[in-house]
Formats: sequence, structure tokens, C-alpha cells
Amino acid sequence: MNKTLRTFLRRPAGIVGLTLLGLVCLVAVLAPLLYPASPWDIAGMPFARPGEDGMVFGSDTLGRDIAAGVVHGARVSLIIGVTSTIAALAIGVTLGAVAGFAGGMTDRVIVRITEIFQTIPNFVLAILLVAILTPTLSTIIFSIGLVSWPPLARLTRSQVQSVAQREFVQAARCQGQSAASVLVRHVLPNAISPIIVTGSLTVAAAILIEAALSFMGLGDPNHMSWGYMIGAGRTVIRQAWWMSVFPGLAILLTVVAINLVGEALNDALNPRISRS
Amino acid sequence: MTLLQVQNLSIALPSGADRDLAVNDVSFDIEPGEIACLVGESGSGKSMIAHSILGLLPPKIRPVSGALRFGGNDLLALPPTEMKALRGADVAMIFQEPLTALNPLKKVGEQVAESIRVHDPKMTPGQTVARVEELFAQVGLPEPARIRKAFPFQMSGGQRQRVMIAMALSNNPKLLIADEPTTALDVTTQRQILDLIKELQARMGMGILFITHDIGVVADIADKVVVLKHGKVVEQGEAAPLLEHPTQDYTRMLLDAVPGRGAPRTRHVEAAPLLEVKALEKAFVTRQGMLAPPRRVTAAENVNLSLATGETLAVVGESGSGKSTLARMVLRLIEPDGGAILWRGENVRGKRREGLRQYRRRAQIVFQDPYSSLDPRLQVGESVVRGPMAFGTSRSESEKIARAWLDRVGLDASAFDRFPHEFSGGQRQRICIARALALEPELLIADEAVSALDVSVQSQVLDLLADLKAQMGLSMLFITHDLRVAREIADRIIVMQRGRIVEMSDAATLFDAPTSDYTRSLLDAVPGRAFFARAEAAAAGAREAKA
Amino acid sequence: MRLLRGIVTKLAGIVLAILVIATINFTLVHSAPGDPASVMAGQSGATDEKFLEELRAEYGLDKPFMVQLGTYLKKVVTLDLGYSYRQRRPVNELILDRLGPTLLLTLSAFFLSLIGGVVFGTLAGLRHGKWSDLAISLVALLLYATPVFWLGLMLVLIFSIQLEWLPAFGYVDMRASSFGRLEYAWDVLRHLFLPAITLGAIYMAVYTRLMRASLIEVAAEDHVKTARAKGLGEGAILRGHMLRNAALPVVTFAGLQVGALVGGAVVVETVFSWPGLGRLTFDAVTARDYPVLLGIFLVMSVLVIVVNILTDLLQRLIDPRIAVR
Repeated sequence: MNKTLRTFLRRPAGIVGLTLLGLVCLVAVLAPLLYPASPWDIAGMPFARPGEDGMVFGSDTLGRDIAAGVVHGARVSLIIGVTSTIAALAIGVTLGAVAGFAGGMTDRVIVRITEIFQTIPNFVLAILLVAILTPTLSTIIFSIGLVSWPPLARLTRSQVQSVAQREFVQAARCQGQSAASVLVRHVLPNAISPIIVTGSLTVAAAILIEAALSFMGLGDPNHMSWGYMIGAGRTVIRQAWWMSVFPGLAILLTVVAINLVGEALNDALNPRISRS
Repeated sequence: MTLLQVQNLSIALPSGADRDLAVNDVSFDIEPGEIACLVGESGSGKSMIAHSILGLLPPKIRPVSGALRFGGNDLLALPPTEMKALRGADVAMIFQEPLTALNPLKKVGEQVAESIRVHDPKMTPGQTVARVEELFAQVGLPEPARIRKAFPFQMSGGQRQRVMIAMALSNNPKLLIADEPTTALDVTTQRQILDLIKELQARMGMGILFITHDIGVVADIADKVVVLKHGKVVEQGEAAPLLEHPTQDYTRMLLDAVPGRGAPRTRHVEAAPLLEVKALEKAFVTRQGMLAPPRRVTAAENVNLSLATGETLAVVGESGSGKSTLARMVLRLIEPDGGAILWRGENVRGKRREGLRQYRRRAQIVFQDPYSSLDPRLQVGESVVRGPMAFGTSRSESEKIARAWLDRVGLDASAFDRFPHEFSGGQRQRICIARALALEPELLIADEAVSALDVSVQSQVLDLLADLKAQMGLSMLFITHDLRVAREIADRIIVMQRGRIVEMSDAATLFDAPTSDYTRSLLDAVPGRAFFARAEAAAAGAREAKA
Repeated sequence: MRLLRGIVTKLAGIVLAILVIATINFTLVHSAPGDPASVMAGQSGATDEKFLEELRAEYGLDKPFMVQLGTYLKKVVTLDLGYSYRQRRPVNELILDRLGPTLLLTLSAFFLSLIGGVVFGTLAGLRHGKWSDLAISLVALLLYATPVFWLGLMLVLIFSIQLEWLPAFGYVDMRASSFGRLEYAWDVLRHLFLPAITLGAIYMAVYTRLMRASLIEVAAEDHVKTARAKGLGEGAILRGHMLRNAALPVVTFAGLQVGALVGGAVVVETVFSWPGLGRLTFDAVTARDYPVLLGIFLVMSVLVIVVNILTDLLQRLIDPRIAVR
């Protein structure tokens, strides 16, 4: 594990990504301290340019502080990104592992379902789900989780299949270890690395889906989010570029950070690279 | 005039490798019409020398001193355009694994045609096709006009290597570099390819630099031999005198380590059968979509055998013979389609969970690939410990057992806490043996357990297995593709072909009087057979003269 | 014969997929809060009780669940996607009107991203480790992390508002009715430029990264060494022995990404007021016009499946091993 950590930190992608991500997390945690007032409150005059009226990123059409929105939006993005990924992992890894282990008819049925879900335009399904279930934090998380699992299921299945065929797993079976012990101690530890990497990239993808949903007006109306801010600023972009630019930069920064971390994780968890 | 002079060649490895120089001050000559063999174990630098001649070394590895004289030029100093004109024209090369050496997405005829066109752009398409077909006929490919349009995945390994040879010959090279061209092939195919190379060489009069790890192959085809070890020349000279009277210990060791040169074992074990296999059947069916007809490969068809307590039974066959499937079916790692497996008369196929666990404790296996048969994330001690612990032994007691076994297979005490990647192939195979034997089984199944090892390591592991077997009174089912290894270790031998047993007899009988044609062809194909038979006869003669 | 069998298998797959998607639709309507009839009629606003009664009768909403499902599936198979109460038009008419622009946008973006990805990925892969590789990889990394709607807005900000080179919104100019045919096409092209770039750029980034990795891998393969050993020049090796091999996983992946691409089109059409299915989706979301949303989802899924079959054919052209299998 130590070696993994060292390889991770040797990659510039790892350090830069981790630093940026740490910064975003810190902002999210400190949001109530940095901007104690609700980001929905009017803080000054409308259409204030960045720096005017004491607002670093300016204000929106109603005079709400963009900076406060950006800071509070970090919380929503991270929460939705992480929890919906956990939901996707729960569905995908379970189905994938079952298919990979069971084989036969079970495998064929699961593969078929996964294929269909993968061809479905997942963002459109997410729109449909959120629209019909009415947008709240939990329906958004549920919907993003439901449209994000197919790649994880495919990956888990192929990983489990390939590791289960490796000779050390057969040797463990011959050693008399129980099926559960073989699975937990030999198959999963060797199959899990790419799943962790893909999981981390799924967080980034989920943040992008959430942003797009709230851009379309399907965000939770109780929480300020980056996508909503861009959607609200879109119509006045001719007069007020800052309303869309800053929240967009925040999304870009967060997603880049997560992708960099995922890339460094990939190298660190890959035994071929980490050992050379 | 000398065709190629390798003069004081040194090739550097990237910093951080286990040594600075892959090749250290190597010199030798190849004359026109001569087959020179570079022979050595893994890490000897033989492949690097071959690749350096055409400037095909991997990016971070480069020659640092010396010269390669060919046709008045030093190839190491040749400008890129001239090197390009040389490649595939005066100097051609073939590689170890013909499947990956051919572009999977291009028809083989097109790949050979390309080699012709690039050196003779004036040739018309019609002439090129005619030349490709002529070459294919020369290398013994059936129906050249049809096979020209085939893709590599549609051909057998031997056919693919013939295509590679045709490609290499397309511009009548003066020098052919062959880098382990038969290592990936079955033994009978290897024999055909060796014969083909020899015949073509005689007909076309080219010089050949032949790289191999198998001194038997050397004995079959070499005019000149260069023995390499750790990047240095151990000795070199004319093939016959060098092989018959090696001056260096290392060369002698390489010759002595070749398995299966002594008399076959003649022990006949009379004991109750430990394991019996009756009418075993297995076919692999691969579905190719909902409506396509499934493909069927027979892995076992009416396989019957019995193994007596204390006996070693070898199962010999080429790839696709079903021998490894048989080993796995005995342990129920693969479920047979039909037939019976009896362990001391008990039905193995009827065993469930605990019964199966107890059975597998008595019958352990060592796999072929020492790299994939140890869990890369577990210290090797832990891998061994898990076995006894699974059967209720306490951790401390299991660790004691594991340490004792690691010691017994010849590893030092520090091995316990180290990870698999820190060991060499031979050491890993010793660990796998320790892991299997720590459960004190009665039967050990060795599935090509020494095939991936260098010949010197192979003989050490075979000796270890023989010792342990004698000490523990083990029975052994030994799966191998190599008749020489079977001869070294087996009391009885089964020969399999396409899932069927074609011959089963005592080791001595099988080698002296084989009954099936297939066994005979396998025996004839053993590399270096004639040479070792002569050497054996000479040694026997010498012994008699002394007596 | 093989081809025929392949086609039959494919068609069976399409039918199966459509049925599954329709079932998802149906289940959604039933799991929504409130009476299914009012969901189908569109939730908000005053609902006409007579219309609701008609809906209940038409879809058999008083019958058991499975019967209802059967009725619904039969309607879907006969291309009856229901009626938009808000727009007072059958849903399939609404969708048919908008299909053309969406196809134009997604297909342009698809080919743009695939071609661009292969080109840039090849450049980066060939200069592996050099500064140009670093530059391409960095841009790809950033684009890959950019929300597609925001990228669209930024391009509008730069190319329409600041530079005034290209139109920011719409499909054709207001005066289009007076244009000649060529002029009309040119105007559509000018309007298409920014949306297609926006949608294509994100996926171009994905394919660039993939192509780069794939090319580096192929470059290390044995058959490339063989090609070098027979005296081919580097250009011929790239053309004859690397590009096709390296592009194979990219095409496969692109096929898998079509669904996401269509989803991206929804957002991009919203940003650029492109009169396609995406824009229709946005309007339907805003008005909570569920029959339209359900219909769009179904049609887009079918669209994805059709494009999938096309990429499958493309793969067969590149890889002889699939064609024979």
C-alpha cells in the first residue's frame, strides 16, 4: 500500500489533482463560514460586475452574490457526485460480480440488460426520471446512479472473470479455502483496482450530469448549484459574462482535479507501472 | 569473404536494470552459407544481438561500442535510409511468435507482397502476386493462391511461421536472422520448420544467424555455435567438436541439463490404483451468437487411465491434446461432461463441498506459469500458510509448516515475507511446490510445471520433485508437452492427441518400441535426438572399453 | 448467409431493446406521484376531466397492470406515441418535425469527433513524450472536463459576441425564406458550426486520449517490428500497420458513446436554440409535458441503436476477424 501511495505521489497528475480536489473540498466544508448567508439571498445590486459592490465574482440578475453561489454549489456537486457514484457502484459491482461468477444463463441475462442500458441515451433517461419523480436531492442522486452503472457492471464482470481464471485462484481453491474466502481474499483484491479508478472517474461524470440537469432546470430548488447558475445566466450572457463564466470554471476545476486523481490512481494501482 | 563480423559489440541497458550491459564485448563471424547458432538461457543477451543488427532494439537500449561489419559497412553507423534499404533485402529477420509478428488485420499475401514492393517498386501487381505464390509454394504452404488471401488468425502456428519465412526470403537475403523461430511451436511443427529452414539455406546459400535456448535444436542445425551467458561469450567454434567436447563448464552444464538422455525408467509399480479415470468425456462448445452454429472442440474422448500409489504417470501431448484439461478435470476445476473419476474407488464426481475439499487436500497441483500461479498481493509465506489453516491448523503451527517447506524446497528463510515479483521463475515454481506439499498430499499433479523454465533451472526443479517424491512416497501425474521431460521422470507414459489417448505404455517400451505413428512422429521430432543418441552410444562404448 | 444471420440477430436485438425501453417508460409513468392519466396528460395546469376519461379508456387504466402494459406496448409498436395535451398535436408528429436538425447535429458532431480524435490522437501518440504531445493531452484533459453547455456558451461569447463571426442561435437566419438553395445551405452550415464544434469537441477529447494510448500500444507490437524489419519507411508503417489497428478500439468505444452523444445534443440544442429534439426536450421539461418526454426518449434510443449498427458495420470493415466470426 505504501508503494502505491509513493507511486501516486510521484506522478505530477496525482499531486496537482489531489491539491485541487483538496481545495474544492475545503471550500465546500467551509462554505457556511465563508458565506454564512444563504446564496439565494440578495446581497447587493443586480448585474454588479466582478469586484463591484464588494462581490468578487459580481452578482446575478437579482443581485445574488455569484461567489456565494459558487462556494455553496461545491457542496451540492460533491455530495451528488460521490453519493450517486456509490449508488452506481452498488448496482454495477453487484450485477457485474454476480454475472462474472455465476456464468451461464444468469450471466447472459445480466449482460443483455447491461447492454440495453448502455445503449439508452443515459442523460435523456436521467432527465425523464428526475422530471417525473420531481427534482429533489435524493431523486437526482437516484437517477444519476441508475444511469451510471452499466460501464461499472461490464468492467466488474470482465475483471472477475479474468481474475477467477488465473491460476493462483485455482490454487487457492485446491488449497481447500472456502469459496467466500477465495472471493474475498484473492479475487476481489486483484480485481478491484480498475474498478476504483473507473469509480473515481464516475464521480467526475456524475458531477457533469448533475450540472447539466440543473442547467436544464431540473436541480433541487432548495440547493444552489453550479449548473443552475449557468442556466440562469445564459440568457443574459451578452450583458453579463461573469454569471456563467465563474460557475463553469468551478465545474471545470473540480472535474479536472478528479480526473487527474483517477489517472494517477490508475498508474499507482497498476502493478506493472508501480513496480517499475 | 566473411558475411557478418560482430566485433566487440556491447549493448547498454537503461539505468536501473540489474546490470549495465546486456551484451558485453561479444565477437563472432558468420560466413556465407553457414548456420551460426547463438545459444544461451534467458538474460544471455542473444536476442539483443540479433535485434541490434537491423537496428531494431527497443528505444532505451542501445549499442555503446563495437562494430557490425556487413558488406563493407558498419551497420551500427549506417544512416537510416541505407538501413531501411538493407532491412528485408540483404538482411531479413523472423521472430519467435508468428501470431503477433503478423499484422492481424491484413491478408498474409498482402503482407508478403509489401515486402517485395518496397524493395522493387517497378514490379507490376501481377508479377508481385506470382512471386508471392511462388514463395508460398517454396515454403510448403498448401494452395498458395487461396492461402494468399487468408488472414493470420485463420492459419495454424506452423503456417504463420512459414508465411514469415516466405516474407523474409522474398528478396533473396544474404543473411537471415532467426530469433527463436520455433520456440512457440509444437514439437512436430518445430521439426518441420527446422527442416524447412535447413533446406532453404542449402538451396539458396544464405548465411543464417539462429537464436535459440535449446541446445538440442543447436545440435540439429548448427554449423557454428556461440554460447552466451549474461551477455558474454562463454565459448564458440565449429558445432560438432564444440558440442562433443565442450571446453567450458557452462556449455557442459547446458548439455547435461537437457532432460531425458538417460535410459528410461523401467520400474514397474505394483500397487492398488490410487486414481482411476474411466471413459472421461469433455467438449468445449463456444456459442457465436444466437443463431450461429456452435463450435465444438473435443478435449477428452473416452479417456481411461489408472495411477498406482507411488507411481509417476506422464501425460504427453501437443497443444490442443486435452492434457491440461485432463489435469483440471481430475481436480474438478473443470467439470467433465461424462465418465468417472475414482479416488481409492470413491466417486470424485459425486463429492460436494466438504468431501471435495478433503479430496483436494490429498491431490494437489502445480501449474505451468510461475508468474500467474502466485497471488501477486500476498507474501509468499502467507500463500503457503493459507492451506494448512484452511484445514484447521493454527496460524503459528501453519507458519512453522510453511517455513519448513520453503526451506525444504531450497529457499532461504527471508523468502517468507517477500512478494512473488521478487523471485525468479524457478524460485516461484519452488514456492508453488511448497504450497502444494504443505498440505501433505498423496498425489501431486504437475501441469507443465517445468515448461516455462530455463533448461538448467528445469533440471534442478525436476531433481527437487524426484527427491520429494521419493521422501514422501508421492504419486505423480505429470502433464508435459516434452517427451524428454517425461522420459526423465515417468514410470509410465500416456500420449494424447486431440482429446484421445493414442498410446499408453511403460516408459521404456514407449521409447524403444512405440506402437502408434503419432508417438513415432513425436519421438522423431525431439530436437537433438540424433546427436544425443550418438553421444550416449559413444559414452556407453567408452564405459565398455574401460570395463 | 452469415450476413443474413447477423442482420436477423440485430433486428431481434432492436425489437428487444425497444420493448425494454417502452417497459421502462411505462413503469416510470406508474411510479410517478399521482394518477397515471394525469401524468400522461401533463401534470401542471388545469386538466380537462373529459380528456382524462378518454385517456383512461384508451390505455385501459382501469385494467390490471399487465394488460395495461400490453396495451401500451402495442401502441408503441404501431408507432402511436400518444398525444401532447399542451401542444395539441400527436407526439410522433412533433418528433418527426424535429428529427432532421437533431440528426444533422449529432451526425456532424460524431464524425467531427471521430476524425478529429483519430488525427490528434495520432499526432500525440507519435510524438509521445514531446511537448506537442503534452499540449494536445493537456487540451484534451481540459475539454474532457468541460461541461458541454458551458463550452457552448463560452464559444458563443468569443465567436458570436466578441468577434461576431458566427451566429449564436437558431437553425437559419430570419430572412431564410428569401434565400436561394445554395445560400440556404450555407446559412444552415454557418449556424451548425458552433453547436457541432461544441458537441464534437468533448468527444474529440475522449477519442484523442483513447487513440493516443492505443497508438502507443500498437507501436510496441511485434508486427510493427516485422514491418520495420522488411524495410518499410516510417510513413508506410504508420499507414499500413498502425493506424487501422489503433483506430479499432476507438471506433468500438465511439459506438458505445453514441447514447451519451445524443444526451449531449439535448443540452447543446438548448444552448444554441437548435430546433431539434433536444430543444423539444427542454420545452417539454419546462412544461412537464410527459408524453413528449417519453416519446423523445424512445425515439432517441432507437436512433442510438441505429447508429450502433452503423458503427458495427464500420468495425467489420476495419477488422476482418469480426466479419468472419
